[in-house]
Amino acid sequence: MIKDFDNIIIKTVCRILTPFLQIFALYVIAHGHYSPGGGFQGGCILGASFILLVIAYDIDTVKKRMSEKLNTVMCSLGVIIYAGIGLTCLILGANYLDYGILHRVLPVDAVKARAMGTLGIEIGVGITVMSVMISIFLNIASGGKHEEGAID
Amino acid sequence: MIWQLDILILTIVVICAVSAIWVKDLLSSAILLGVYSFLMCILWAELGAVDVAFTEAAVGAGISTAFFIGAIYQTTRRTKD
Repeated sequence: MIKDFDNIIIKTVCRILTPFLQIFALYVIAHGHYSPGGGFQGGCILGASFILLVIAYDIDTVKKRMSEKLNTVMCSLGVIIYAGIGLTCLILGANYLDYGILHRVLPVDAVKARAMGTLGIEIGVGITVMSVMISIFLNIASGGKHEEGAID
Repeated sequence: MIWQLDILILTIVVICAVSAIWVKDLLSSAILLGVYSFLMCILWAELGAVDVAFTEAAVGAGISTAFFIGAIYQTTRRTKD
C-alpha cells in the first residue's frame, strides 16, 4: 500500500531526523526513573522512528534494516529480560521484581542494585514495545500480506 | 494551574471530539483525533501530570494517528455496491 514516491525533501528530512529520534528514545528509556518517561514511552518513540521510515520510504527499506525474524526475536527478548530479572530476584530469596536483593549478584550495594534493576526492566519493556509497534504497523499498512512479499 | 487556559483548552478539546465524529471524511477524522490527543497532552502537562502527558503525546498523538492512517489507506473513498 505504501508506495515509494519520489520527493527528495520528505526523504532527506526523515532520513536525517531518524537518528535524533532514536537517540532521544534511548535517553527517555535510560532516564526513566529520574525524569518523565520510561520503557513504554521510549519504546513508542523508537517504534515511531521506524514507522516514519516506512511512511517516507517503503516497507522493503525498513525490512532490510529490521527484518520480520529479528522483530519477532526482539519481541520475545524484552519479555525474557523482564521475566528473567524478576525470576532472578525470586531465586535469590526475595519477592518477584524485588530488585534490592540483586546486590548479591551485582558488584554494587543494595540501593544501586535497585536502580540498576529498574533500568533493566525499562530496557526490556522498551525492546518489546518497539518491536510490537513496528509489527502492528507493518501488518496494518500491508493488510497482513507483508510476510509473503506481496507489497504493492 | 491557570483556569482561563484550562477552560480554553477544554473548549477546543470538546470541539475537536465532536467534529471528529461529525465530519464525513475518515482522514480528517483521524487528524482531528490527533489534534484532540495533543490538546489533552497540553492539558495533562498544564495540570502537572508530566508522565501522563508524555505517554499521551507518544501514543495518542504519534503512534495511534499513524495506525489510523495506515488503516484508512486500506479503505476506498466510496462504497463499491
